[in-house]
Amino acid sequence: MTINTSEAVTPAGRPAGIPLDEGFLRPPSRLEKAVGPEWARLIKGIFTNPLSVLGLIIVTGFILVALFAPVLAPPPKPGANPYQIPRDGFLPEPKPPGTPWNKNAPYYVPRWYSLTGNEEWVHLLGTTGGQYDIWYALVWGTRTALLAGTAVVAVSAIVGILIGSVAGYFGGLVDEVLMRILEIFVVFPSLVAVLVLSSILVPIFGRSLWPAMIALIVFGWMGYARLLRGDILSNKERDYVMAARASGARDTHIILKHVLPNAIFPTLVFLSLDMGSIVLSFAALSFLGVGVEPGYADWGQIVSFARNYIVSLDTFWYVIVFPAIALLLYGLGWNLLGDALRDILDPKLRGKIG
Amino acid sequence: MTTYIIRRLLIMPITLMGVTFLIFAMMQILGPVERSALYVRDVPKTENQINAIIERYGLADPIHFQYWYWLVGRQDPQTGDVVGGILRGDLGFSRTGREPVIDMLQRRFPATLELALWAMIPIIAGGIWMGMKAALNHNRPVDQVSRVFATLGWSIPTFVLGLLLLLIFYARLGWFAPGRLSTQFALEVTRPGFIQYTKMMTVDALLNLRFDIFIDALTHLVMPVITLAVIQWALLLRVTRSSMLEEMRQDYVRTARSKGLKERTVVNRHIRRNALIPVVTIAGATLAGLMNGAVVTETIFNYPGLGQMAAEAAVTLDVITMLGFALFNGILFIGAYLIVDILYVVIDPRIRLS
Repeated sequence: MTINTSEAVTPAGRPAGIPLDEGFLRPPSRLEKAVGPEWARLIKGIFTNPLSVLGLIIVTGFILVALFAPVLAPPPKPGANPYQIPRDGFLPEPKPPGTPWNKNAPYYVPRWYSLTGNEEWVHLLGTTGGQYDIWYALVWGTRTALLAGTAVVAVSAIVGILIGSVAGYFGGLVDEVLMRILEIFVVFPSLVAVLVLSSILVPIFGRSLWPAMIALIVFGWMGYARLLRGDILSNKERDYVMAARASGARDTHIILKHVLPNAIFPTLVFLSLDMGSIVLSFAALSFLGVGVEPGYADWGQIVSFARNYIVSLDTFWYVIVFPAIALLLYGLGWNLLGDALRDILDPKLRGKIG
Repeated sequence: MTTYIIRRLLIMPITLMGVTFLIFAMMQILGPVERSALYVRDVPKTENQINAIIERYGLADPIHFQYWYWLVGRQDPQTGDVVGGILRGDLGFSRTGREPVIDMLQRRFPATLELALWAMIPIIAGGIWMGMKAALNHNRPVDQVSRVFATLGWSIPTFVLGLLLLLIFYARLGWFAPGRLSTQFALEVTRPGFIQYTKMMTVDALLNLRFDIFIDALTHLVMPVITLAVIQWALLLRVTRSSMLEEMRQDYVRTARSKGLKERTVVNRHIRRNALIPVVTIAGATLAGLMNGAVVTETIFNYPGLGQMAAEAAVTLDVITMLGFALFNGILFIGAYLIVDILYVVIDPRIRLS
């Protein structure tokens, strides 16, 4: 019996107890040749599971909206700060979708817009109290969400991966100290900790994205650190690490070239789920009023406007329903993707799901 | 097992001390003027006053001295009294509440506890029950529906769900109202004839044999409880389901079936008992999630608990209240996680007997 060599050297390859199927005996496909068997399985898995395809479509949709924000919702003046939501006057009462746009309308009518046969700007999704345009806020809020979310997740992941791999690889006292420190950070419920820290940081940074982002990073790295540490603990006694060490490789080389690449898949699952939950926490902070300054295009803030109309939400349903759809879809997209990744990568489930 | 519990108990004081370090470090981000709120009720205005207060309370002393003052208090050179000291229960004066932080925490905690306890009922009953039903009907419609429900419930942000519930049940249908009690009862419960034994409205109403107040308090709890429960419900459903599926594949289940046991016995006596062990591990996460949710839920439903206090303090940048809230959470959750960890080793025979 010949076993495909690329399978045999993959450390996280075929788990014990699952019979060899034809997949292990057939020659590697083009995809497998190009990206390796693990990535090939991942890519194939994502595109064959309907739920993950749905997640992928939603996430791609949000990325496209963020990219084409200037086209979808042009700012009122060419030089204006696009993240400032244009206000059509200052009336306290929200206006329903389709109301004509009087003041501060975008400076040009985009070509797609004339398909409706109307050359005049209208508030597509209505306005909130104070006449902030909901459509504009949602479109540019997508940019805010993706930018802030990616930045927070990237920095927390890097910090967490660093701490986790150092703790896991060196073990002993280093591990003990780092884990005790980590335990202090995980004691606090996440939103509570982030709320406290960002309210302390607001006087220093002013009302901007920074306080919430810094707070989310300070209390956001622990998940990655735990994941990496566990993974490295289980990987470092493996033969390939022993072999590298015996051949005289330095610690940093072993961590970077051998241990980390094998820990990347579980991290991917966590990253994807984190991309959703960080933005929702971020929006919750804005909703509570510890976020950006009033009028900054941000989903949480646009929902917080609805709080002033709780008694009359029946009439002003649009101030909550449209932002709710955006937030729900965003969370759903990343969660579907993350769940699918976990199903594909979890060795316990491997081979048991279609 | 005993070694584990002893080790866990020995680590607890270290974590507790770390939590005080972390909170103290966050406090050091603030300037001495803001920190003076630990001791004085009104923030000093003129430079002379500020300098006098810094001098009087040692706010410019070396940092380890300040930590000590903060921990055990400091003798006021002018009056000779000991002031401050979190160990003495002095957490400073809350600007938003116009009362000492510790009093505010004591007064508001029962309300949050009541909300959390009521939320436990749908979370545990619904989550575990639906998770088991889903696993036993793997890949049948019941399973599919509960999976969709779990993903949606997990993705929807708490504040969006709360506002949508208000839109439907308050603004449109008028079934439930925000707040804790209706106005006619709100005054009555503060009169001497109504004894507040536990400060939990539903319990007190029953103890005073006032069923009208009990029903009123309960109807006010419906919306916040649902808002708080949905996300945890979804989490518990997922954990129970996957844990059940995992156990159903085990050899002992096949043995039990081949012995000719009834299906009900196999499920109740064999599968369920083992499947619920991992569920205990997420109890800590559930409690933390409830506290996170309480901040948002109480704000939306105008429910006078700890979460609402924190949200108000955060908006007005009342950092002394926030830090008191953080300390309270730190202590509460160190205790909660300790109990959960010990419970876990006690109930799992595989760990208990090893």
